[in-house]
Formats: sequence, C-alpha cells, structure tokens
Amino acid sequence: MGKVIVVTSGKGGVGKTTSSAALGAALAQNGEKVVVVDFDVGLRNLDLVMGAERRVVYDLVNVIQGEAKLTQALIRDKRVETLYLLPASQTRDKDNLTPEGVEKVIAALKNAFDWVICDSPAGIERGATLAMRHADIAIVVTNPEVSSVRDSDRIIGLLDSKTLKAENGERVEKHLLLTRYDAVRAERGDMLKVDDVLEILSIPLLGIIPESMDVLRASNVGAPVTLADTRSAPALAYFEATRRLKGENLPITIPGDKRGFFGKIFGRKAA
Amino acid sequence: MTDVLTQPRPIRLKGRSFLALALTPELPVQDWLVRLDDLAARSAGFFLRRPVVLDVDGLDIDRQELRDLVSELSNRNVRVMGIEGARTSQLGPDMPPAMTDGRPAADFEAPATDDTAVSKKAKSADPVEAGVVEPVAVPATVTPSLVVSRPVRSGQSIFFPEGDVTIIGSVASGAEVVAGGSIHVYGPLRGRAMAGTTGNASARIFCRKLEAELIAIDGFYKTADDMEDALRGKPAQIWLEGEKITAATLG
Ligand SMILES: Nc1ncnc2c1ncn2[C@@H]1O[C@H](COP(=O)(O)OP(=O)(O)O)[C@@H](O)[C@H]1O
Ligand SMILES: [Mg+2]
Repeated sequence: MGKVIVVTSGKGGVGKTTSSAALGAALAQNGEKVVVVDFDVGLRNLDLVMGAERRVVYDLVNVIQGEAKLTQALIRDKRVETLYLLPASQTRDKDNLTPEGVEKVIAALKNAFDWVICDSPAGIERGATLAMRHADIAIVVTNPEVSSVRDSDRIIGLLDSKTLKAENGERVEKHLLLTRYDAVRAERGDMLKVDDVLEILSIPLLGIIPESMDVLRASNVGAPVTLADTRSAPALAYFEATRRLKGENLPITIPGDKRGFFGKIFGRKAA
Repeated sequence: MTDVLTQPRPIRLKGRSFLALALTPELPVQDWLVRLDDLAARSAGFFLRRPVVLDVDGLDIDRQELRDLVSELSNRNVRVMGIEGARTSQLGPDMPPAMTDGRPAADFEAPATDDTAVSKKAKSADPVEAGVVEPVAVPATVTPSLVVSRPVRSGQSIFFPEGDVTIIGSVASGAEVVAGGSIHVYGPLRGRAMAGTTGNASARIFCRKLEAELIAIDGFYKTADDMEDALRGKPAQIWLEGEKITAATLG
C-alpha cells in the first residue's frame, strides 16, 4: 500500500508544482515507484515542469468520467523509469472532479505505487480540498512572507478538519517546506525569519529550498530540478527534504548561513 | 456584464446566540402570574430588556389558555420571543414562534427585595441603551468551560457562548475565539478574541503573547491600532473598567 502525499499551500506561485516534481523525481531515483498527480484542472503545468506536455493523451478528468482507463492516462518518465505522471485536464472545468471519482483513482494508485504525490491547486476551494482529501502526509509549501504564512496556516486548519484522516479522528502528518528562500533578502531583513515562520505555523520543518535560477533553468528544459542539475543548491535541498520525509534525522541548513555554507563546501570535498 | 447583473447575490446568513430568560409557568396560571407580579414590583424593568422564552413543556393548557397567558405577559410588558415545548396545535400565526434546541445556561438570579439600585437604574435607562443587557449574577458552580488543546488556525472560529474558553496553543492571525466567559490563551494571541459576549462585563482575556488583531469584552472592543505598544508581544491580561478596555502585563 503506497503513501499519499498532498503538496499544498493555499497561496499560488509559492512552488507547489516545482516541489511536487522535484520530490517525486528524487524519491523515484531511489528505485521507488512514484506517481505525481496534477490536481490543478484548468491550469495544468506539472506536465510542463516534467517535460511530458507533448505526450498527454488522456487526463485525470477522463479517468474519473470513465472515458479512459487509468493505465492509458499514466505517462512514464523518459529518464527515470519508476516515475509516472497523471496529468490534469487543461480544457475541462474543475467541477468534473467528483469526490467518488477521486476516491477511486487514489485507491487504484495506492495499490500500484509506493508514493502518490498530489500537486494541489491554489486556494481553499473544492480543487484543493479534493487534493488533500485522501492524504496520509501533507507538505505545506510556504514562502517566508506574511501572506503566504497566513494562507498556510489556513490550509493546516483544513488538513485538520476536511481530510478523511481528520474525519476518522486521526491526524494527517504535516511538514513545512520553506521555498524560495532568498539569502540576500534574508540578510537585509526583507523576509520573515525561519524561526518566526516555524513559531507561527508550529509544524516540523522538512527543508528550506533556496531561491535559485537553477529552478527556472530546469523547468525550461522540462525536467524536475532534482533531475536537471543534481548538484545545484535547490536540488541538494530537495534531496535532503526527501531523506527527512523518509524518516532520517538530518540537521537543517539555512541557505546563506555561514556555518551551513562551509558545511556544504567541506561536505563536497569529502564526497 | 449582464451575467454579473443577473447573478443573484447570495444572502448573508449569520448565526447569533443570545442568552434568553426562560419563564416556566406553573398551574394554576393565575397564581403564577401573581408571583410574577410580585417579582416585577420588586424590580421594575427586570424583564424589560431581556429576550424571554416561554417554556410550556409538560404544562397542561390548551391553545386558548396559552394565548391568554401570552397576552397577560404582554400586558406586563414581557415580550415573549418564542415558545418552547408547545404542540403545533397550541400555536398559530398570531402567536410567538415555536423554538427548539435551546440549551440550558446558568440560572438568572431574581433580584432581592431591597435591590432598589438596579430598579432605579432600569427605570431611568436611556432608550438608546435599550439593547444593552445588564450583567447577571451567575452561580459559579454551573459555569461550563471549553478547552482546546491545539492551535486555532487562520479562518477557524471557536464559538462558546456558554462559558470560558482555554486555548493551549496559539490563536492565529485571521482566527477568532468567542466566549460567553473569559478567554485564556496559553500561546500567542494574534487573531480576534471576544470575551463576555453574553453580557458578562467581568470576563477577562489572558494570553502569553499579546499580538491580537482585535479584543473585545462585553461588546466593548479595541483594535490592534488602539493597543499600547508597550504591551505588544508581552504576556497580558485584559479587562473592562466601566466602559474602558484596560490591559496590563502579566507576571
Ligand atoms: N526555489 C525557487 N527558486 C526560483 N524560482 C522558483 C523556485 N521555486 C519555484 N520557483 C518559480 O516560481 C514560480 C511558481 O512556482 P510553482 O511551482 O508553479 O508554484 P505553485 O505550483 O505553488 O503555483 C515558477 O515560475 C517557478 O519556476
Ligand atoms: Mg501549481
């Protein structure tokens, strides 16, 4: 039985899709079977980030409406053979996502994969609540700024009330992924401090992903950053986050932090 | 454009909870009315500005008798907002509506014989203030309390008109806690806290770290902008002095 992860945030543009693809590719490189599901019906872009946009035939809505079989809609990655994508529809309305349909698809995916990663749309409406509905684990993607933190807080509230686990009196395991962390702006005091974000949201930190041109470069070549440039700072941060997700206890390095910086240089020489 | 114009605007429905006084008449009704008159004579205006519900559950009276009872009360300036425990056959369009699901709250204390201060104040009350419910003495033993042992997240609302609320954790910006009694926050208070909402002016708000967007006690409120800078981020308690919200650091 695979684990279901929702990558969610409330706010748009914070890095959910980037993170879904990067974490999915990182997990799959260890040989685990991973499917990344795009729940952003009408605004799909996971296929672009994963470089599969020209191979989309059927999508999530087709499967839910019974117009295609799940196996017909799944796209296997060309680089990592245990990585799959279930794309969203670009043309259909998100009302086509029914709770029953989503339940069936997730159940089938859990049987076939080790990890089912659901890339949530922004907002707190139907699309976002359906994406989190069956989650065992939630990765709350947050940027170090006030509006993003507040939206994340709101989403954590929904994770504690609107998910199947919550309704059954259980808890969704929640992790904070702080993305687009800009060391220069942090130095100037233009961003919320890591400690402040942690104090407000009070959920465990999975990792800090630096703001980096490498992310844009990767998406321009249609590859998750953890495939495009495995040595880049954001890729290393995503690899670390993946290890923490699997239960390893690694110290967090704050990007640009002096100790973290030297730690990284020494780490590389030793490797 | 036309779409926007023809789109029906949703009606906003808001919940309100009031603490009503429940009158439970006894038979014979005439005797009960005499006792009621006696109470009213001791403190004029006791019923004047309170929502009153008539509880006739188990009372053996017919439709006409109930109608007479309501008009007797109305003659005494007691306006009945609803009737609990009546059969449909006892009610009618010219009667107060049926009410259900009322939850018992603390008992009201009937004013003592020599309680002239209260009655004087009630008589001279300015009509503009007619909406204000006077503080009611509540026996301490029956005050219920609610304990929430996790953070209250943005967009969440804790609503407990029955009594005190204790939050073990933080109250986020964009979250709110509404209590009939006092509010205790063992963590930062960043959202809204409204205490004493059922007319309890002695309710207080306590928190580990005061960063609230709004605080209110018994309807008197202060926004973040009105709060003293010296209290920001400090452990604090907030109470009502007359009509003034007062705050001080704790510990
Ligand atoms: N760590 C990062 N550094 C630089 N740009 C980033 C980073 N993470 C995301 N982005 C960029 O931010 C934009 C929004 O990211 P995306 O993953 O699509 O967010 P979401 O799915 O939350 O809307 C994209 O243009 C993406 O390339
Ligand atoms: Mg996205």
